[in-house]
Amino acid sequence: MNLQTIAINNLKRRKAKMAFLTIGLAVGIATIVTLLTLNRSMSGDIERKMEEFGANILITPQSNGLNMNYGGIGLGGVTFDQREILESDLQKIKTIANSKNIAAVSPKVLGGIRVGSHDLLLAGVDFASELKMKQWWQVFGAVPQSEDELLLGSDAAKVLAVETGDSVKFGNGTFKVSGVLEQTGSQDDALIFASLRKAQQLLGKEGKITIAEVAALCSGCPIGDMVTQIAEKLPEAKVSAIQQVVAGRLKTLEQFNRFSMGVAAVVVFIGSLIVLVTMMGSVSERKTEIGVFRAIGFRKSHIMRIILCEAALISLLAGLLGYGIGMLTAKLVLPYMAESGAAKLVWDAAIGIGSVLLALLLGILASMYPASQAAGMEPTEALRAL
Amino acid sequence: MPIIETTSLQKEYGRGRESVAALRGLDLSIAAGEFVTIMGESGSGKSTLLAVLGGMSQPTSGEITVAGERLYQLHPEKLADFRAANLGFVFQSFHLIPYLTALENVMLPLAIVKGKAAAKRGAALAALARVGLGGKPERLPNQLSGGEQERVAIARAIVNSPKILLADEPTGNLDSRTSEEVMMLFRELNSAGQTVVMVTHNHENGAYADRTISLKDGLVVGR
Ligand SMILES: Nc1ncnc2c1ncn2[C@@H]1O[C@H](COP(=O)(O)OP(=O)(O)OP(=O)(O)O)[C@@H](O)[C@H]1O
Ligand SMILES: [Mg+2]
Repeated sequence: MNLQTIAINNLKRRKAKMAFLTIGLAVGIATIVTLLTLNRSMSGDIERKMEEFGANILITPQSNGLNMNYGGIGLGGVTFDQREILESDLQKIKTIANSKNIAAVSPKVLGGIRVGSHDLLLAGVDFASELKMKQWWQVFGAVPQSEDELLLGSDAAKVLAVETGDSVKFGNGTFKVSGVLEQTGSQDDALIFASLRKAQQLLGKEGKITIAEVAALCSGCPIGDMVTQIAEKLPEAKVSAIQQVVAGRLKTLEQFNRFSMGVAAVVVFIGSLIVLVTMMGSVSERKTEIGVFRAIGFRKSHIMRIILCEAALISLLAGLLGYGIGMLTAKLVLPYMAESGAAKLVWDAAIGIGSVLLALLLGILASMYPASQAAGMEPTEALRAL
Repeated sequence: MPIIETTSLQKEYGRGRESVAALRGLDLSIAAGEFVTIMGESGSGKSTLLAVLGGMSQPTSGEITVAGERLYQLHPEKLADFRAANLGFVFQSFHLIPYLTALENVMLPLAIVKGKAAAKRGAALAALARVGLGGKPERLPNQLSGGEQERVAIARAIVNSPKILLADEPTGNLDSRTSEEVMMLFRELNSAGQTVVMVTHNHENGAYADRTISLKDGLVVGR
């Protein structure tokens, strides 16, 4: 018989009670783990999604006549003195030092065409990379598969009064409208999209492109450096970061992160409170018992050792259990929370270790306080407390 | 020299106008080896006196010496050590620890002293045997009758061979036959040299004692 025996026997013989206490603590810890993990996973998801959103860097020709506009950035007129970028030059972009940060390069050739009585802007694009960059595109119908199919911006379709499946005639050919874009609120609404090759032919710009968009693969990655690196490779072109997009994106992420931190703080606070209240309640219940120990002649330190032993064992178990339950819950809930099914559960060792340490810290603190209070009383006083 | 001696012992509960004087300048003296019962009406201060004698409740004023120690001049932890070494306490409501078996409850006072597990076990079994409960060491308190729990509580109080055994209405919760058995047990312990101070309001119990101290309103009346 020693102090540990007393603690162990308490845990062993009051299984239901101890299970209840452990579950109480575990629930507090699990809540923290679930919410923090969801938070982390969703941040990751959102970050990834934002990376997929639109171009960060725009490559345009050096030019002086500015009368055409793409996303608020001058493209150089559809004039004749305009220098153009060679399609083959784009390969060089892949050789920059930060090439691993490039998600996609999307070349375009742009030029005015006349369809019936309307003047419209034709955009030749590589649909594969364009779609990769413009994740938000909603296509009614299908993306063009062949060279004589077109994708129309919503306004362009309205102006021409055509819909998916109709034919459009211009230049010297007839094209099938394979799909129409849902309104995007961007310059895309006014464009007619054709395959890059066909558009180059139609516009007489074989092997040339008007503009290229480069999507960077991370938020807050060294856009400035990348711009410089690309500019070195393409001295003929004007390379600019779309500051607005980058800044806006960073701001959104920052806001979300701040919000997440706020949520995390509240969650840790509430979880801690659950743990504290549960543990303190369970020790306070034992005031009489502590009074008996004191009357028998136990020192305060003896009593603290008993309570410490119990609290450490229970908290450790609760911490591990809470982490398990928390991660499981996060795993089950995440698919409903994240928009893209691809959101990945973040297994963070820090959360694992942190939750066990937090459980231990809270459990021990919360039980030591009332234990020390009760043990500090005169035995008669503690005994009276029922 | 008496083993317990008090002079002008006072104990007030609370402060100011609300305060209750439970002991009002009480003098008494108990010799080693005596069996003393303390009697008195409810509220006369019996439990208060016993707690003060047992080093569990500091008096407001007055002097008290137990086994040669001025109890309340000791540091609280030293006082705890003193209780562990010199006193055995039997509570009215037994106060057994519910998650410990009879044997473990009896071993409690030994949990804080050095010694071999087997020796502690032996001492506890011997104490249980002395109170006539040798056969049920592994039972939990809730598997024991009131009288049996009482015996476990007494065994726990005597396991460390205390100089003084203090009991607050140990028979208060027992039927008359069981009470008698318990009183016999105290008598036997006293015959073996144990100093016993017992609070009771059953006059029949007085017959087992060497002497009865009567309390009234926090003072000793008659001798
Ligand atoms: N903790 C306390 N706070 C305030 N007053 C108390 C406290 N404990 C006892 N008293 C008062 O002190 C007086 C003596 O109480 P005590 O418990 O010593 O009486 P008692 O003789 O043991 O009575 P009983 O036979 O009912 O057990 C009573 O008036 C009681 O109300
Ligand atoms: Mg009383």
